[in-house]
Amino acid sequence: MSRIRVLVGTRKGAFVLTADAKRQDWEIGGPHFGGWEIYHVNGSPADTDRLYASQTSGWFGQVIQRSNDGGKTWQPVGNGFTYQGEVGEHLWYDGTPRPWEFKRIWHLEPVPNDPDTVYAGADDAAIFLTTDGGHQWQELPALRTHESGPRWQPGAGGLCLHTIILDPVDQSRMFVAISAAGAFRTDDAGNTWQPINRGLQSGEIPDQDADVGHCVHRMAMHPSRPETLFMQKHWDVMRSDDAGGSWREISGNLPSDFGFPIAVHANEPDTVYVVPIKSDSEHYPPDGKLRVYRSRTAGDEWQPLTAGLPQAHCYVNVLRDAMAVDTLDPCGIYFGTTGGQVYASADGGDTWSPIVRDLPAVLSVEVQVLP
Amino acid sequence: MTRVVLPAHLKNLARISGEVSLDLAPPVTQRRVLDALEAKFPMLRGTIRDQGTGHRRAFIRFYGCEEDLSNESPDAPLPGRVTSGEEPLLVVGAMAGG
Repeated sequence: MSRIRVLVGTRKGAFVLTADAKRQDWEIGGPHFGGWEIYHVNGSPADTDRLYASQTSGWFGQVIQRSNDGGKTWQPVGNGFTYQGEVGEHLWYDGTPRPWEFKRIWHLEPVPNDPDTVYAGADDAAIFLTTDGGHQWQELPALRTHESGPRWQPGAGGLCLHTIILDPVDQSRMFVAISAAGAFRTDDAGNTWQPINRGLQSGEIPDQDADVGHCVHRMAMHPSRPETLFMQKHWDVMRSDDAGGSWREISGNLPSDFGFPIAVHANEPDTVYVVPIKSDSEHYPPDGKLRVYRSRTAGDEWQPLTAGLPQAHCYVNVLRDAMAVDTLDPCGIYFGTTGGQVYASADGGDTWSPIVRDLPAVLSVEVQVLP
Repeated sequence: MTRVVLPAHLKNLARISGEVSLDLAPPVTQRRVLDALEAKFPMLRGTIRDQGTGHRRAFIRFYGCEEDLSNESPDAPLPGRVTSGEEPLLVVGAMAGG
């Protein structure tokens, strides 16, 4: 029987949760790197025991940790994240130019066929690549030096590159998203990039047709349909059917279309999950009810999933990296909250139960199916 | 031998439990202490000072002989009692919440 491993990054350490394919009885491992902010832990599809973790601290900066045994032991690897060439400037919150400054790694994306090759998304926004298992990191500078870069402005969470999606068919195509610059696509393995924000409507910026400046919170794709992208924007849930060439709103009957994560069912490419949040200044669920919303129609029509989730007095948030799906049948859905709960559904979202309730605030959730 | 005391998180990262002793030829300066420390424990690179600029990280402090040495030149000789090992050089995480 397969086993499941859930990788959880929190404000004060990393946790590894494991269960068999029934996904009922869980073992909780950790904290690893206690006291450090763990923005992301992710595993290699090519070797499920190869894990990478982004470990950061306001005092001590950035560390990258690597495990070769599924998270039992870890070794620090390289943390030399240097912007290539002239650093340049982006816009600061007050509209003044500000030099790019590395703060942390938000996202780690191992490639499918090599456990030593990993992309890393940074704050301030840039994309880095290692091909030696994390010892050396090299920037792909064409993104940061895009002609629109001087107009990029940080969102409340920083100028963070938080989403990296590798096209499963075309290995030279990749999608990234940056708060609050927007979404970008490369068709030549990072040598050139184009903004893919046409059709996004953002009331927070004056020009609705602007090519950059949109606050994309998260994007998701089903591997069988690499032309279709789903997006949770600051406000609005969006879909593109032409690899980001254009977008249309699919918020439909959601009680609020503000939110952070978005995920696609592993076996049903038209089934999508979001967690509505009341507003941009009230980062908790509407009416104090924690509800995951599922669309089986690729958007527009949504149904609340509530069984096992608190339906009164719940004021947690679910952050952009904190939702993941496994590839079993039925598909498992997982998400973590700022209140430290990690919820799991082993039936595609019909019913939920907490794996663990009292972790530090959850920053990220990933899941692996182990052979 | 110059003695260095690291904060708990950096001891964990370097997988050490006590002080670090460094055998340094004079003049013993912050820079030479940190160069030797990072050579002995490469995982500490970037955690005390920026890897690119070499500047002390904002929330790191250096104390010795009951003095705050954080803003001394990195090339200034450390106090004699620190260089001789009579007193340790304390690397401290600043009080900054958390």
